[in-house]
Amino acid sequence: MTSEPIQITKRPRKIRGTFLVNGEEHDVTYPSHKTLLEVLREELALTGTKHGCELGECGTCTVLIDGEPILSCLALAQAYENTPIETVEGMADGSDLHPLQEAFVEMGAAQCGYCTPGVLLAAKALLEDRPAADRQDIKDALAGNLCRCTGYIKIYEAIELAAARMRGEQAEPAREAFYGR
Amino acid sequence: MLRLPPCEARFPTSIAEAVELKAKYGPEASYVAGGTDLYPNMKRRQQTPYHLIDVRRIPQLDRLEVDADGGLIIGAGVTLTRLIRDGRVAAGWPVLGQAAATISTPILRNMGTVGGNLLIDTRCNYYDQSYEWRKAIDFCMKKDGEICWVAPSSPRCWAVQSSDLVPVMVALGAEVILVGPEGTRTIPAQALYHNDGIEYLTKKRDELLVSLRVPAMGTAKATYQKLRRRGAFDFPVLGVAAWIRPNGGGTVADARVVIGAVGSYPIVSEAAAEALVGHALEDDTIDAAARAAAKPAKPLDNTDFTIGWRKDMVAVYVRRALAALR
Amino acid sequence: MGGRAVGRYGGTVGSEVGEVSTTDIPPYRPTALPPFSIIGKPLPKIDAAAKCLGRTKFADDIVLPRMLAAKMLRSPHPHARIVSIDTSRAQALEGVKAVITGSDMPNAFGILPVSQDEHALEGDHVRFIGDPVAAVAAIDEDTATQALELIEVSYELLEVIGSIEDAVANPEPQLHDYADDGNLHKLVHLEFGPVDEALERAHLVQEDLFFYEGSTHLPMEQHAAVAEYGGNRRLTVWSSTQTPHYVHRALEKVLELPRSRIRVVAMPNGGGFGGKSDPFGHELVVAKLAMLTGRPVKICLTREEVFYCHRGRHPVIMKVRTGVTADGTITGMDFESYLDGGAYGSYGVASVYYTGALQTVTYQVPTYRFRGVRAFTNKAPCGPKRGHGTPQPRFAVEVTLDKIAERLDLDPAELRLKQLQPADSLTANWLKIGSMGLRACIDKVVEGSNWKTCFRNLPYGRGLGLACSSYITGAGLPIYWNSMPHSGVQLKCDRGGGVTVFCGSTDIGQGSDSILAYIVAEVLGVEPMEIAVVTGDTDLTPVDLGSYSSRVTLMTGQAAIQAAGRVRAVMVGPVAGKLEVPAERLVFAGGVVFDAQDPERGMSFAEAVALTETATGTVGSVGSYRPPKSPGRYRGAGVGPSPAYSYSACIAEVEVDPETGIVQVPRVWIGHDIGRSINSSLVMGQVEGGVYMGLGEALMEEMAYRTNRNVTHKWPSMLEYKSPTTHEMCDVTTYLIEDPDANGPFGAKEAGQGPLLPVMPAVANAIYDAVGVRIDEVPMSPPKVHRAIKDKARGKEPRFGPSGTPTVRWPEVTYVPRPVDGGDGKAHPRPEPAGTGG
Repeated sequence: MTSEPIQITKRPRKIRGTFLVNGEEHDVTYPSHKTLLEVLREELALTGTKHGCELGECGTCTVLIDGEPILSCLALAQAYENTPIETVEGMADGSDLHPLQEAFVEMGAAQCGYCTPGVLLAAKALLEDRPAADRQDIKDALAGNLCRCTGYIKIYEAIELAAARMRGEQAEPAREAFYGR
Repeated sequence: MLRLPPCEARFPTSIAEAVELKAKYGPEASYVAGGTDLYPNMKRRQQTPYHLIDVRRIPQLDRLEVDADGGLIIGAGVTLTRLIRDGRVAAGWPVLGQAAATISTPILRNMGTVGGNLLIDTRCNYYDQSYEWRKAIDFCMKKDGEICWVAPSSPRCWAVQSSDLVPVMVALGAEVILVGPEGTRTIPAQALYHNDGIEYLTKKRDELLVSLRVPAMGTAKATYQKLRRRGAFDFPVLGVAAWIRPNGGGTVADARVVIGAVGSYPIVSEAAAEALVGHALEDDTIDAAARAAAKPAKPLDNTDFTIGWRKDMVAVYVRRALAALR
Repeated sequence: MGGRAVGRYGGTVGSEVGEVSTTDIPPYRPTALPPFSIIGKPLPKIDAAAKCLGRTKFADDIVLPRMLAAKMLRSPHPHARIVSIDTSRAQALEGVKAVITGSDMPNAFGILPVSQDEHALEGDHVRFIGDPVAAVAAIDEDTATQALELIEVSYELLEVIGSIEDAVANPEPQLHDYADDGNLHKLVHLEFGPVDEALERAHLVQEDLFFYEGSTHLPMEQHAAVAEYGGNRRLTVWSSTQTPHYVHRALEKVLELPRSRIRVVAMPNGGGFGGKSDPFGHELVVAKLAMLTGRPVKICLTREEVFYCHRGRHPVIMKVRTGVTADGTITGMDFESYLDGGAYGSYGVASVYYTGALQTVTYQVPTYRFRGVRAFTNKAPCGPKRGHGTPQPRFAVEVTLDKIAERLDLDPAELRLKQLQPADSLTANWLKIGSMGLRACIDKVVEGSNWKTCFRNLPYGRGLGLACSSYITGAGLPIYWNSMPHSGVQLKCDRGGGVTVFCGSTDIGQGSDSILAYIVAEVLGVEPMEIAVVTGDTDLTPVDLGSYSSRVTLMTGQAAIQAAGRVRAVMVGPVAGKLEVPAERLVFAGGVVFDAQDPERGMSFAEAVALTETATGTVGSVGSYRPPKSPGRYRGAGVGPSPAYSYSACIAEVEVDPETGIVQVPRVWIGHDIGRSINSSLVMGQVEGGVYMGLGEALMEEMAYRTNRNVTHKWPSMLEYKSPTTHEMCDVTTYLIEDPDANGPFGAKEAGQGPLLPVMPAVANAIYDAVGVRIDEVPMSPPKVHRAIKDKARGKEPRFGPSGTPTVRWPEVTYVPRPVDGGDGKAHPRPEPAGTGG
């Protein structure tokens, strides 16, 4: 039972390709079986993209392709060459945080911070699609991003705060979000 | 990090090219679109094709249109998100979006395709495990082993049909268009499936699922009711698709009740349909149909939840589905 | 120092330069009342921006030149002897740099000194599927994975102990020869006061059986570790650990390398919840492989392997008999718990005691007996998960009280309110209670939920349930016996006004790094962002025992207050001298040190540091904290004592679909007695997160095994282990009760674990209110609820739960006279029951 090696029919082969990440071109020579997650983290040192299961069961590895969130752990890198990819590292504008990042900091929406990059990107895609997203829209959009720390509540509050600000409103956090009732 | 086995993708831009590639590489190759079913399986070494034929760049697979007869043509490569968001689909076939929106998560639905969902591998929690896990039980007959751990005396595999769209497509009388080296064939969706956990498809290995055609709903109504633990991620442990065509007098002219996730293929309940046809959707009729539909359902201990409860839930969910069509 | 007045912050007033002594300075006491400038404010965490930018480096994000990848081969058998291991084929594979097995690391380790029963790689005896037996370092992970397949292990299968019943019935084959009895790892029998008499005389004795299924932490981050062995023969291990100090000790023991040559760096944890509190084989393995290869080595576990690391919630069967008077006053409680411990000791001895320790701290329990047993079984080891050993008995106690209230026709809230354990009291089992804010917690949730109107009055299918709980704010005793501080803080002030705090604590997402910054900032009157925090690094930081038992805010907070107070004490002399104001009038606030009576008279904090440095040399200090001694002195009294207890009350609203048994929880009201919030926003986050994790345990999370299929884990994946999504999470209305505790820093108590505890029983009680059935089991999954509803309709007992307990031979009782008996906290022979004669 223990002595049957996996049948390795083929050796990994390296290929070359160009990845357009956060507006920058990267020419990469990489093993053809690598997922986009692995290329981002291991070939491009963009370790802001995290991983929690590598099977599409947690949402942690979410990145944006053409603005739409996908699971980089289930994306064969080869299929995403020459395609605009956005990772959490691309969200800020220079030293200025994206309004979502700003609101996440302000509300305490990142506890351990491990699901945060994926959540931020899913939220960004949502708000670009629906600037007036309500709580239910947010819940629906984030149903594929597990968070074990926050119970999602501070995340909802942060997204709502950012959304309001992105719409140009003068929004402040609700007092009870910070102090309870 | 759980990684893919060595593999390499090709990106054909025509059906012919894709079919040719598949014929060339044979069992070493697999068609793939969203990859949300195949890649997890590859990482768990349930399937290890080296050549991946990514069909998402074939224009015909990207079609989403209404044909001259009012039928809906869905290219196999249309993502679930696109299906859900399409206005014509929402207006003419609302059940499709309703069912598709229950599949996994919004992020996964941006990748997963209609074709992929129709072909997803049957599932079993003795099978959907890592290579190392499966080794600890000396594997199962679906991959690398001899027996079916769900029913060890069984000569067959009991892995579960776990697609949300399959029962709906069968209920709606959809047809699927397959292209292989021997040409094109069009078969009813129902005929795509086999009652076997391993050979669950009648599609030949080299055939490519190109598209589906869903007939116009006309006066018919349909719904899909899904049972699962959580509102996202989870595969169905029970899926009920019900389609009803009423006649003018308020009775049922035609009906189809299809039960998913309680067997290796979608179970079409002829008995439930019989109980409905000619009757109004009164409580008694619905009850009779629900009881009839529940009979052939045979949940086994290879998904979430207990089998007795899953069996009990069949009638409940059929009843709810039919009540929703009143 | 004669004649000089002592300032408010401990400095000697008007002292001359050079006369300031740090040795005789009384400790800084935060006597100042609010308003504070920092404490209590919902400030951002100091590491929040980095986390939102994707810049925080977790262990798996570390990349070092020439780094190798490691993988571990794990046992495919639940119980076996290793006959032989042949690694020659793996060694020969191109790209493989080292292969090791148990014989390379023969020394045992374990978190508790009494359970040194683990090996980095098991050499001759594997005890569960997933037990590691060999490891490979190779040029990449693919190669390492492939090499594992080439290692040939020959096993001799042993009889499997699949359950606690199996363990009771089969003393052989033993998993560990040090067990108390056969495969029963630990047996406990404690008694406080004449409990049998109390039960005999009770108006009513409520007897219940409960089962609480095991569950796991499921941190989003999979455990990872990197090791490097430098040319100077020093070893560095970076790890996603909650307890770098214990990893440090395990590395020393297993590698036989002095701790002075080992540096352990705890990386930010991508969630811990107790799951990264043990030293793990993989941490030792990468260290060994780094030493053998001379290259850095990294391992990152797969999600499945994280399930095998586990050390999470024990499955526990419980039996509780509670005697009450006609008005519901508890007169005695007899509690039994049966823990399925899995394959190793881990924290298990503490876990057993914890299932019996905190029953007494919420309501007065005048007489109390606890019997507990932990069995070894061939499953992944259990240990501490958020609430360590107390959610299970808390579930039992709170549901049993609900049943008592029902039988006596009393309001469950009133039943509890009338017998709260008083503040500043001793419990029957000698736990010292300080502040106690449970009354306010109950009042708040009762009011907020409209309990008085809604309870028992909602339509069929909807219900409310109440439950309360308490948790320790740090364990009173360290894990290994010593009298040293539990927390140390070192402070260094820069001439530019920057302050660096060094502390061995580990931020697992709860914000402990930020807490250090807030506290030091408050005492020194500077901004938290001007404080650099260096934590969890055995080379750089003084020891803190780790992020477990909700100890960090209180213990590091007190150490930080002491350290910062000492810095102030050093600074006030030179500053007062320079400003020519009495030292006691100096105020440190807003980045300035100034005269309270004449705020114009002052200097910047940076100037004050420079002045002090000129006067006395480098400005820095140390602080440390040791919890107060507990009055309990019997064997077992080490588990339960804490400097302070937090309290929570929770009301859950449920909607039960009677046709399916599916339970939804739309809303939870929770009151939490935090003592005082250091940062109220972080407290809110902990409360909400606790409710979330509690909800998952209440409804769906299960660490399930197929006992009849080789004891395989049923679903070691994030898909099949059900963690609630946004769709299942309830709304939470939180009330923070601030009742400062004398032992807490600025009065603060814990928030990380306590608020999880009342959620499960509140849901169970709400289900009863909704549909009239008792689910005496966790999780309360739909099939169980459905079954109970069907049974009720058929006239059977409307209940789902266990029907019995295993039969265990309990050891001789340890009888401890209570405080009320005039006891001394020690065990004594049990007196003859009164009235039975000679």
